[in-house]
Amino acid sequence: MDPAKGSSPTVTQRDQWMVESQVYDIYHLFATIPPNAQSVMLELLRDRHMEFLIKGLTHLGSAFCVLDANRPWLCYWILHSIALLGESVDDEMETNAIDFLNRCQDPNGGYGGGPGQMPHLATTYAAINALITLGGEKSLASINRDKLSNFLRRMKQPSGGFRMHDEGEIDVRACYTAISVASVLNILDDELIQNVGDYIVSCQTYEGGIAGEPGSEAHGGYTYCGLATMILINKVNRLDLPRLLEWVVFRQGKECGFQGRTNKLVDGCYSFWQGGVVALLQKLCFVINKQMASPDSQEESLDGTSYDESCRSGQTDSSNSYPVDFNNIGYRFIKECGAEEHLFHSIALQQYILLCSQEQEGGLRDKPGKRRDFYHTCYCLSGLSLCQYSWSKYPDSPPLPKAVLGPYSNLLEPTHPLFNVVIERYYEAHEFFSKL
Amino acid sequence: MSKHLRPNTAQNSSKQSVERSLSDEFASDLVCGRFSSWTTVMASDYDGEQRRIPLRLRSEWSDVTPVPQDDGPNPVVPIAYTEEFTEVMDYFRAVYFADERSPRALSLTTEAINFNAGNYTVWHFRRLLLESLKADLHSELEFLEDIAKGNSKNYQIWHHRRWVAEKLGPQATNRELEFTKTILSMDAKHYHAWSHRQWVLQALGGWEAELDYCGELLEEDIFNNSAWNQRYFVITRSPILGGLKALRESEVHYTVEAIMVHPENESPWRYLRGLYKGDTSSWVNDPQVASVCLKVLHSKNNHVFALSTLLDLICHGFQPNQEFRDAVDALKTSDFDKQDPDLAGNVCSILERVDPIRANYWVWRKSILSQAA
Ligand SMILES: [Zn+2]
Repeated sequence: MDPAKGSSPTVTQRDQWMVESQVYDIYHLFATIPPNAQSVMLELLRDRHMEFLIKGLTHLGSAFCVLDANRPWLCYWILHSIALLGESVDDEMETNAIDFLNRCQDPNGGYGGGPGQMPHLATTYAAINALITLGGEKSLASINRDKLSNFLRRMKQPSGGFRMHDEGEIDVRACYTAISVASVLNILDDELIQNVGDYIVSCQTYEGGIAGEPGSEAHGGYTYCGLATMILINKVNRLDLPRLLEWVVFRQGKECGFQGRTNKLVDGCYSFWQGGVVALLQKLCFVINKQMASPDSQEESLDGTSYDESCRSGQTDSSNSYPVDFNNIGYRFIKECGAEEHLFHSIALQQYILLCSQEQEGGLRDKPGKRRDFYHTCYCLSGLSLCQYSWSKYPDSPPLPKAVLGPYSNLLEPTHPLFNVVIERYYEAHEFFSKL
Repeated sequence: MSKHLRPNTAQNSSKQSVERSLSDEFASDLVCGRFSSWTTVMASDYDGEQRRIPLRLRSEWSDVTPVPQDDGPNPVVPIAYTEEFTEVMDYFRAVYFADERSPRALSLTTEAINFNAGNYTVWHFRRLLLESLKADLHSELEFLEDIAKGNSKNYQIWHHRRWVAEKLGPQATNRELEFTKTILSMDAKHYHAWSHRQWVLQALGGWEAELDYCGELLEEDIFNNSAWNQRYFVITRSPILGGLKALRESEVHYTVEAIMVHPENESPWRYLRGLYKGDTSSWVNDPQVASVCLKVLHSKNNHVFALSTLLDLICHGFQPNQEFRDAVDALKTSDFDKQDPDLAGNVCSILERVDPIRANYWVWRKSILSQAA
């Protein structure tokens, strides 16, 4: 197969070794400095991150023209990062953000990438999450739920997938962003859920992870989207969870961070996408155990059991006779499904985020040598928060000091692993929308 | 079409830095698309003497009133747009809101896309124009190729290309296969290019040489998981190869050989397991699977995947003989209980030590062994 066995490295090997050596240099330096210097190095640079984030909210250079169709994303990445840091924006900024996002809202429902742009599912998800993160009556009431519901139904495909926008592409992201938004706004119903499970199941690959479309390669971002969707529609048991878990734990590498796909490079943003997958699976151990105990059941239909039944099966009542309240799944997942096991190396991941992804000038990045940006800042911090609470059965109680790498002041606010909004803000939104 | 444009270099360098800073692929995947292909689009059109003439000075636009963006008095995440960007988008809004299906509107979308290839609204309107004007779709492919030369990790480009190729039908097959091949020759793991290629094969055909193509890519880089994934796609979905069962024997042979060259390469291990998807009993009972594990265990090097495969085999009912027990015993260090007869438990304990990043996972696997049995 390869006559020159091992003599000249392949592109994958060469790229991998280069990153490894950069990361190891940092870890080596860390290992050789005194403990007090180490703890300085592990410190989360809160003030500098805040400075970077607030600056972005108020001014973006002309280089950001290429992100002109992603402005609700910029709002979400920045506002969610600020919320994770336990901070908030002032009243004026809050009013401005609500007003701006409202200008991105389409008269016929959904949010576009900027004022006057077509509604798009991804920017709709970003706008809704940004508004939930801002919180408060004014922000939450600015969402036109009826029109949004129409938009989601327009995007729905008979195959079970969703289109990103009118005549747009169909993939697993679209399923997640549609279902996530519908769930949090209390407008999820049987019609929206129809065949979504079939579509996601068809995207789980022979590797165990989930791809963007049937046939494509298993990928961290799509795996998160697919798994979260399946939980939100109460069909997670239809996935092969032991294979999914085995795939995702193997995505954490020697560099301590996660890669997005097999044999690809480590990247800080997968701290959330892949870390989120493990965080979700840690709460589904009962279902995984059950699938493992009857390993071949995947080849049969698994429609019968829901996470929700399994989750509470320690208790008595598991009869499935009453209809599932889809809009409460996200709430009960946090309140009732405790993490029973710890399945990944959360300290190592925190080490990668703090030592390799953090920029001294503020902001976080993909890997050493790359530049900071709002996307990586958001998902590195989200991943860091998941790690810190990953030993906690429920995120409402503060974690033990041993779960937090570096000074305890690194502790971030907990985030909801299905929606990725700070949990307190999620509770507020859940209460608000469950009354409507 | 886009001869009116000329970039200024200071801006180019700052744009490039944003592109680089956001160059992760899922960033571009989850968000709807973020890359300007400005610099390279220009390279193909570049004319050192030409300056971009503002739309307001072009006579063909004199009847149009530009529509400014409704950003409100105090927008958040405000972008300091360049003058040219603002102007093009203001005129774009004018024709888009008026739904003007004209050749000038089409050339305006070209300019807007050159500034920001991630604007899906512009692309969407462009498709409406191409249909209304019955435009030549072959030149549309050329336009897309120019755009993709810059940064091709953008959702819109690929969605648009799929739309065009679908309209052209099977006559587009070869060009699409060649186009993706070119992209993959620069980035062999390009997610969008692979997705597009799979769509072409399924919608338009062209399967004949695909398995050989996967073989070539794997010969170049046996660690290329995307090429393994494509190989799986071909053997399970090609209408001409006879399907997974018919090919299993030769594929197992190919994969085992790849594993033996690089036992640390995760891709063929996953592929091997995939060859038995939906047929666990064949996987457990095929002596070739157990034997590749045993060979790698004997080498006492890079044996994480061999151990984890063995563990899964046992969990699915595989009955290991003494040879396996001896091979696993040989990997135990002095701190292990040499007499412990629980082979699966031993495998977990060894993995816990040789694969520390996954120690928690292996501890958990060990804890559920009794239950699975
Ligand atoms: Zn990234």
